[in-house]
Amino acid sequence: MIERSPLFNAITYLAMLIGLVLVLLPFWVVFIGATLSLPEVARVPLQMWPSDQLFQNISAAWIRADLGPKMINSLVVAVGVTVGKIVIAALSAFSIVFFNYRARMVFFWLIFITLMLPLEVRIVPTYAIAANALSPVQALLDVTGLTGLVQQLGGVQIALNWNLLNSYEGMILPLIATATGTFLYRQFFMTIPDELVEAAKMDGSRPMQFFVDVLVPLSRTNMLALATIMFVSTWNQYLWPLLVTTDREHFGTVVMQLKALVPAQNGTPDWNVTMAGALIIMLPPLLVVAVMQRWFVRGLITKDK
Amino acid sequence: MERRAYYRNKLLPWLLIAPQLLLVLVFFYWPTAQALYWAFTLEQPWGGGNAFVGFDNFTAIFSDSRYWGTVLRSAFYAVVATGLSMAMALTLALFVDRGLKGTKLFQSVFVWPYAIAAPAAGVAFRFMFSPQAGLIGTINQVWPGIWDPSTVGWQALLMVIVAHAWLGIGYNFVFFLAALQMIPRSVIEAGAMDGARPFRRMLDLQLPLIAPTTFFLLIMNLISSFTDSFGLIDTLTEGGPNDATVVMVYKIYFDGFKGLDYSGAAAQSIVLMLLVISLTFIQFKWVEKKIHYA
Repeated sequence: MIERSPLFNAITYLAMLIGLVLVLLPFWVVFIGATLSLPEVARVPLQMWPSDQLFQNISAAWIRADLGPKMINSLVVAVGVTVGKIVIAALSAFSIVFFNYRARMVFFWLIFITLMLPLEVRIVPTYAIAANALSPVQALLDVTGLTGLVQQLGGVQIALNWNLLNSYEGMILPLIATATGTFLYRQFFMTIPDELVEAAKMDGSRPMQFFVDVLVPLSRTNMLALATIMFVSTWNQYLWPLLVTTDREHFGTVVMQLKALVPAQNGTPDWNVTMAGALIIMLPPLLVVAVMQRWFVRGLITKDK
Repeated sequence: MERRAYYRNKLLPWLLIAPQLLLVLVFFYWPTAQALYWAFTLEQPWGGGNAFVGFDNFTAIFSDSRYWGTVLRSAFYAVVATGLSMAMALTLALFVDRGLKGTKLFQSVFVWPYAIAAPAAGVAFRFMFSPQAGLIGTINQVWPGIWDPSTVGWQALLMVIVAHAWLGIGYNFVFFLAALQMIPRSVIEAGAMDGARPFRRMLDLQLPLIAPTTFFLLIMNLISSFTDSFGLIDTLTEGGPNDATVVMVYKIYFDGFKGLDYSGAAAQSIVLMLLVISLTFIQFKWVEKKIHYA
């Protein structure tokens, strides 16, 4: 602090307090709502202190939305995307930064451009490809006339089909196919001094040794940041899992179940159960962000700039 | 920065990048090409594949007044949600940056909304804004029937925008604070020596100095308001009442998956893609050239 300004300090605290109330209000309402009984939650105005029904409401929500298996699905998908993204991003950034070959700038741009268009804007055709992931190959065969040729010669109709709907691969793979992590790793690898590479080469380390023994340990902070960002954003996915799983019972995620917990227009207004469900569904990513804050903030900032 | 020390290997770099390239080709470039193909063709009613129809699909959506309503609504949504969220986050970051005692606590809480799934926020806000429940609904005790987002269009849209702005606070706050902390202390101290009070320094020193970040956030927020509103709208209003909260992404989903009009949905996707690409382009062009002080 530079000068004494008691008045402005008071204003600062006041502004931060108002901010705190505005930011926390939805969290507080969810928490309070989750602890109330049915008559209490229907009362107007809403009481602002907790009651004692938290565990009853949570177990009601747990059963109604079948949260046990759905939690497992959410976890599998979130961990799958996080791990897949880290591995793939680190490898491809390693290839782009530490090898000198002609196609590398083309590859870099091919990957980098994907940052521009979020999954949401190309949702219909992405769905079509998930319904048959081999359709590009099929189209290639059709266009080159190979399908017709094989049919004439061998009498077999080539119809390649790999359906990703209602599968973990279908939920995971399209979410890995973006450049976020690759870009983050590239930015970090660029800061590794040339001398380190020279020294490693001098000591006779082969490329993969250099990757495993030098780069992976050095980029641990990076990895934590990327892991936090990926885990949170995957856990919170809604539109994509909604489309790719028609079999909700077996492949639904917790976030998809939120809508099912909202009271029907003319049904019992048991918002207390809804809030209890929302509370446990938003807790895992919130905990991850709260614990990993220091690393994830750094990662978030280098990712986008 | 060009690297001088490289590894040399014919095959290895290709193997390393292959998984990423394959995923990107199958799940990004192929669908994008597919969208283009659908946008310029129309499926024939009695089978026989798609026929090329030129710009017909685009003329069809552009001559539909409901589509223009959706576009205008999305633009309004994007501008207001972006403005609200950034103003809130900037104010908080400016005050937190003063580093008074106990600030750390506020700082960590202000990041929290980043962790919340849009549908979870949607459910929470639906309860908070419900006309029958006891938060905003209390107002109906005083003036009966004044608040009901399930029948009044502008109230529904307001509710979605407020929820979106709230969700964005965490992300914007992180960036604003990082930018503010990057300003050298000496600059602020020089300002203070020249007699600028804290509020004056905020307006005339800190704000201009973080302009590149502000501009970057402006574009990122606009893009996310255009593309990332599905989870909120689907849990809050489902586009209702009377289409009052149907935005571009929601209409694409609806026409494509409920109406099974792939060509129409693809044409709309292309329009949205062009919008997002031009926003990104502006960002690339301007951030480097126009706004640069430090």
